[in-house]
Amino acid sequence: MPKRTDIRRILIIGSGPIIIGQAAEFDYSGTQGAKALSEEGYEVILVNSNPATIMTDPDYAYKTYIEPLTKDFVAKIIEKERPDSILPTLGGQTALNITLELFDSGIIQKYGLNILGANIDAIKKAEDREYFKKSMEKIGVPVLQGGFAKNMEEAYEVQKSIGFPVIIRPSFTLGGSGGGIAYNIYEFGDIASNGINLSPISEILIEKSAIGFKEVELEVMTDKDKNTIIICSIENLDPMGIHTGDSITVAPVQTLNDGDLQKLRDYSIKIMAEIGVETGGSNIQFALNPDSDDVYVIEMNPRVSRSSSLASKATGFAIAKIAAKLAVGYTLDEITNDITKKTLACFEPSIDYVVTKIPRFTFEKFPQTDSTLTTHMKSVGEVMAIGRTFCESIQKAARSLENGYYGIESLYGLDLSYGAAEKKQDAEIIKEEIKSLIKNNDFRRLFLITDALRINFTVEEINEFSKVDKWFLNQIKLIVEQEKKLFLAGNALQDIELIRESKEIGFSNRIIAKLVAKKGGGGHISPEEYLKKDEEAIALIEKTEKIIDEVCRTNNIARVFKKVDTCAAEFEAATPYMYSSYDKFNEIQPLENEKVIILGSGPNRIGQGIEFDYCCVHCSFALKENNYSSIMLNCNPETVSTDYDTSSRLYFEPLTFEDTAAICEAENNPPVILQFGGQTPLKLAKKFDSKGIKILGTPFKYIDIAEDREKFKNIINKLNLKQPESAMAFNGEEIYEKAKAIGFPVLLRPSYVLGGRAMEIIYNESGLTEYIKKIFQQDVSFPILIDKFLEDAIEVDVDALSDTESVYIAGIMEHIEEAGVHSGDSACSLPAFSLDANAVEKIKDITEIICREFHVKGLVNIQYAVKNNEIYIIEVNPRASRTVPFIGKATGVPVAKLATKILLGEKIKNFGLGRSFNINYYCVKEAVFPFSKFSNVDPMLGPEMRSTGEVMGIDASFGMAYAKSQIAAGQNLPLSGNVLISVKDEDKKYLKELGESLMKSGLNILATKGTSEYLDGVGIKNQRINKVKEGRPHIIDALKNKEISMIFNTPRGKKSLEDSYVIRRSAIEFSLPYYTTMRGATAACMAIKALKENNLSVNALQDYYKGI
Amino acid sequence: MTGSKKEKAILMFEGGIYYEGFYEGKIIESGGEAIFNTAMNGYQELITDPSYNGQVVIMTYPMIGNYGINDTDFESEKVWISGLVTKNYVQNFSHYAASKSLAEFINSYGYPVISGIDTRHITIILRDGGQSNAYIAPKEAGIGHIKNRLDALPKMEGLNLVSNVSTKNVYEKNVDFPDFRVTVIDYGVKFNTLRCLNDIKADVAVVPHNFSKQEILATEPDGILLSNGPGDPKTMVEEVETLKSLLGEKPVFGICLGHQLLSLALGFDTYKLKFGHHGINQPVKNIKTGKVEITSQNHGFCVNLLNGGVNYSNDTKLTHINLNDNTVEGVKNERLKAFSVQYHPESSPGPRDSRYLFSEFKELCLSGKREL
Repeated sequence: MPKRTDIRRILIIGSGPIIIGQAAEFDYSGTQGAKALSEEGYEVILVNSNPATIMTDPDYAYKTYIEPLTKDFVAKIIEKERPDSILPTLGGQTALNITLELFDSGIIQKYGLNILGANIDAIKKAEDREYFKKSMEKIGVPVLQGGFAKNMEEAYEVQKSIGFPVIIRPSFTLGGSGGGIAYNIYEFGDIASNGINLSPISEILIEKSAIGFKEVELEVMTDKDKNTIIICSIENLDPMGIHTGDSITVAPVQTLNDGDLQKLRDYSIKIMAEIGVETGGSNIQFALNPDSDDVYVIEMNPRVSRSSSLASKATGFAIAKIAAKLAVGYTLDEITNDITKKTLACFEPSIDYVVTKIPRFTFEKFPQTDSTLTTHMKSVGEVMAIGRTFCESIQKAARSLENGYYGIESLYGLDLSYGAAEKKQDAEIIKEEIKSLIKNNDFRRLFLITDALRINFTVEEINEFSKVDKWFLNQIKLIVEQEKKLFLAGNALQDIELIRESKEIGFSNRIIAKLVAKKGGGGHISPEEYLKKDEEAIALIEKTEKIIDEVCRTNNIARVFKKVDTCAAEFEAATPYMYSSYDKFNEIQPLENEKVIILGSGPNRIGQGIEFDYCCVHCSFALKENNYSSIMLNCNPETVSTDYDTSSRLYFEPLTFEDTAAICEAENNPPVILQFGGQTPLKLAKKFDSKGIKILGTPFKYIDIAEDREKFKNIINKLNLKQPESAMAFNGEEIYEKAKAIGFPVLLRPSYVLGGRAMEIIYNESGLTEYIKKIFQQDVSFPILIDKFLEDAIEVDVDALSDTESVYIAGIMEHIEEAGVHSGDSACSLPAFSLDANAVEKIKDITEIICREFHVKGLVNIQYAVKNNEIYIIEVNPRASRTVPFIGKATGVPVAKLATKILLGEKIKNFGLGRSFNINYYCVKEAVFPFSKFSNVDPMLGPEMRSTGEVMGIDASFGMAYAKSQIAAGQNLPLSGNVLISVKDEDKKYLKELGESLMKSGLNILATKGTSEYLDGVGIKNQRINKVKEGRPHIIDALKNKEISMIFNTPRGKKSLEDSYVIRRSAIEFSLPYYTTMRGATAACMAIKALKENNLSVNALQDYYKGI
Repeated sequence: MTGSKKEKAILMFEGGIYYEGFYEGKIIESGGEAIFNTAMNGYQELITDPSYNGQVVIMTYPMIGNYGINDTDFESEKVWISGLVTKNYVQNFSHYAASKSLAEFINSYGYPVISGIDTRHITIILRDGGQSNAYIAPKEAGIGHIKNRLDALPKMEGLNLVSNVSTKNVYEKNVDFPDFRVTVIDYGVKFNTLRCLNDIKADVAVVPHNFSKQEILATEPDGILLSNGPGDPKTMVEEVETLKSLLGEKPVFGICLGHQLLSLALGFDTYKLKFGHHGINQPVKNIKTGKVEITSQNHGFCVNLLNGGVNYSNDTKLTHINLNDNTVEGVKNERLKAFSVQYHPESSPGPRDSRYLFSEFKELCLSGKREL
């Protein structure tokens, strides 16, 4: 049956900002879906609050709305656009939940919308755990023993009937948030009550724990004729008890026989039918007892999910695209398999390689939180690797993580102490520590398991305390045995077979070099030298690495490239999706026409997210528009860049120098573009440059200057520009002296870290003493960078295009939060909302000067601070920045594409752009934080970036745009009620204006002692409230009684921070809007005022651009 | 890991092209028709399936042996393949039901397992170049020797293998409360076919491939199942003649080779495919219902409905078609109460989407019974 002709206009709901549990995979699915439906001739109406997505590019839809993803806003869009259908299955849990809300409030019915993909009943059956359980019992699919509870009384009752341990799962929450495992009654009380709180329907499921069982997922697709196929089976290396998003997963399933697997397949088909999934993809999770044939279904997602995105990349099967086509009435046997172009989508992919996914964590950003893994997700990104064997695959994945390791290296230096480790005095202590960390699900499990093998735990022992299947452990043991062989080899560099074997099971040259390098005296590099990154040791490793490269070249030990083709080579594949392996035969010829290689940005992490993938994708599109072949290198399965049809060729590979240089070589060393993938490719610039590979863009020399503090300082001085005063300290004493010489406040940070780690603003001598103490305790290495901190300065981000002749100012963004808050965590407004016009003009002039001086070709990002009308240059990044997609969406100018065209030789003057962007509305970007997922973390903003994603608000005035950005970020600004204010002395001067604004908007003020006194003094009516230490009733009592609807809290200094921590944390727990900076609070007041004065309205990007 | 202790093995194809790998377990020489199989697991069922008699099986999934061999998932009493070729053989298997390793098991029947072969490359060669025989021998045997042995192997086309695999004696597999009785003509039947028949409450008698019409009817069947099996159907002239004489006597259900033999009996032709269908992911469309089944397949020959069929062309219908290459997957002659499929509804290994065919067969048998 062909596609439906009774529908014409389809609303697709996106998934909003990147948060833990809902990441870029939904941009991938939404983009594929929107593209497929537009191609079919439907009018796609798209809504997503996240500007850093490809799906919100105006080309993909008839109308694109960047508006908050709430029921009310979506209802407004429906009212305005009158779609006849809604497709809720591509936008994750967010889209499903909004669709349910729209249904429950009668909007779907009122406008007569067809729900495509899944009907309301199916969504409810799958999402409502009680309903799901009953459905499973009806069709005879086993579920774990357990029951539901709506309150604690019921919860204890259910728990009693099944004993301990139990798993608690709140209904309708995302990424398992609010769930957990309880081993005793106290834990149970905490987790269960928290879960009931977090569930939108105040319901939890309490289940007998299947901890230690195998966890297996099946990705299933079905069409309206009920043709049902299994796209991929995925096995979790980590057992039940660790959220699948936090587990290492492997495709296809490794440890099940055909009987086991067919049982899961049969169950899956039955489940799809019973739940009533009409069309599209679903994900079904099973728990399997490793000692018997007992199988339980755990849950199903009747929509495209993180796992289906992984399955898509793992098999080459375009799940989201096909799901979209099925939703409009096609059947699987009417759709061509894009990869083979010869066969149909109605088959089950067979793969002839092993895929490994490893999650990427960023616990270093949240030292206060519990870094053990449990049933709610904590990872922020993931990498995927493809190899011909598990060993090759997992080693490639490990080095894709970009966490400083080039493989599964020892956390304890055990890989450099074979023969000595057993004798070490602390061997027993380390053994116990490793065992206990693994047992407690430390997030470094894979590395720890490998260390356990190194320290001679047996596979059986590790299986006992990790519950990882022996199959995986035995495979990892092969890696460790090979590592040991390399280490103990007398002359490894002469042992060609040893090197060959090592490369075949996936070792990087770097690791081999580390294991075999011998110092002048003949000894190995010591664990201490390696762990401390001793310069000589690193130089020796790098030298040895080159020798190994030579050995491989002269002995024909070479990687080959193979295709991902969905069918294990049964049919010829047309689609160019490649991976490398140290196997025998290469099947890829270099592309013949003019081509450029793009280096992607690797795993999503805090500081480097989807924004960079967006830039890489645009770069690829621009290359193709200019008739170049684009070759994409990346290892992140959650992205659009790793979609098989984004580039002319995709290499799914780690982004290390060895791996990427090998691809360059295989493609005959075409030019490379490094400026779109964030720091990942940029830090390879030096090596590419010295290898003689042409880097398109700003010359390496200037990239280097921008990164080198001293050189940079000299240039800024030469140009007579201003920079905050700075110095570098090589020991504790120097920190003290130089900081004092510069004058407080100062910003201190170690030189080698990115993204603001161990960065602090110090206001006085005692703070300085404390900082010095801390860096010695934490073993932070010198030098320490000292900068004058410009208090109360306004930060400004500028992104510009330059072709070395002329410059286009693509965006000037005024930060809402003052200097001192990481630019990635700060909200910002385009255009500037408070800067005076002179300052803006001056910034444009300086930007042009810098572009010329740095020979910028393509994109540059410059951060400025403005204080007392002086413009200070904070830093220059000669690459695409995090704000490029935001600017693209805000101004309608495809900045990343134009940058690519500049790299290919086009001139800005031919783009018809003028000197600078020009828009007649406001766009506000707001950051989104993972604080609700990480208990005990202080949500106080600071110089260390901690946001995972962003949203955008767009409207005619700054106030409304900011209001929308806040609503989209989940900050529900109150229009009445009480605002709690507690601010530091320095901020009190702003209180009068703030207070007046709040009062005009009809809000009441509660204030802590000092703030209250000040307010009284300036005649602002307020009510004093006790801090927690001042006796009851206090702030927390008021919060619990729901007497507070918003919090402004700007503490300073250690004690004040500690005292007020509980206030900020409560804001998170009670989901209240909160502001920890004065400028943020002021903007919130402007937003509330705007909300009071205006009606909410929605407008499509396409309509905004018409007005420019 | 390709440890240096392992004995080097050569895998040679027609034309003398050869690849070097390693023996896993015993050093054994062997050869046969090379076929690649794209199933990612299910090796235990596969190697014990008599249809693989005389074939060197190249697994496209690179890691084989993962879950060992258990005591239940056999499709016959022995190993039938001539040899198994893998990219990576997994010595340390892991599964609660496993009792021995794959190589140990295959070796015990006198066949080799080799690893270290780029099986994807070979799959491409076979896909593009078409069928070939292959021979496995230790490297030290010498290239000349291996080539001679390879050249001496018979071609699959024109090869009759059914006498190797068929039972010599009649045996029965019965159930407690049977609804009907099926006689299976054993051209290389799989245990799971018998299990599937038992599951639909059939008493089963298994008879040798060369039983005459009278001998077959003497088992008093309500229906006759023509099993799968190895070899070129066109060599089985005698069996086809027997089938011709049986048509119309009893309901007939043919599977794989049984399907080809039924088609030949109906007067149609068979031919050799370029590289056959060997895997568990083949999409087959049921023409009557429009539904697609994911099927388990293992065949090198195929039925051609455009050729022949003089006597039955009017009332024999195409019932199933392969969606990948549009080849014939099923035929039915309503009048003669005979139908057959090219694929394996008993699967094992593979999806169980097509089990309904057994029920349809039961219906047919019972309707026949009612008429009588």
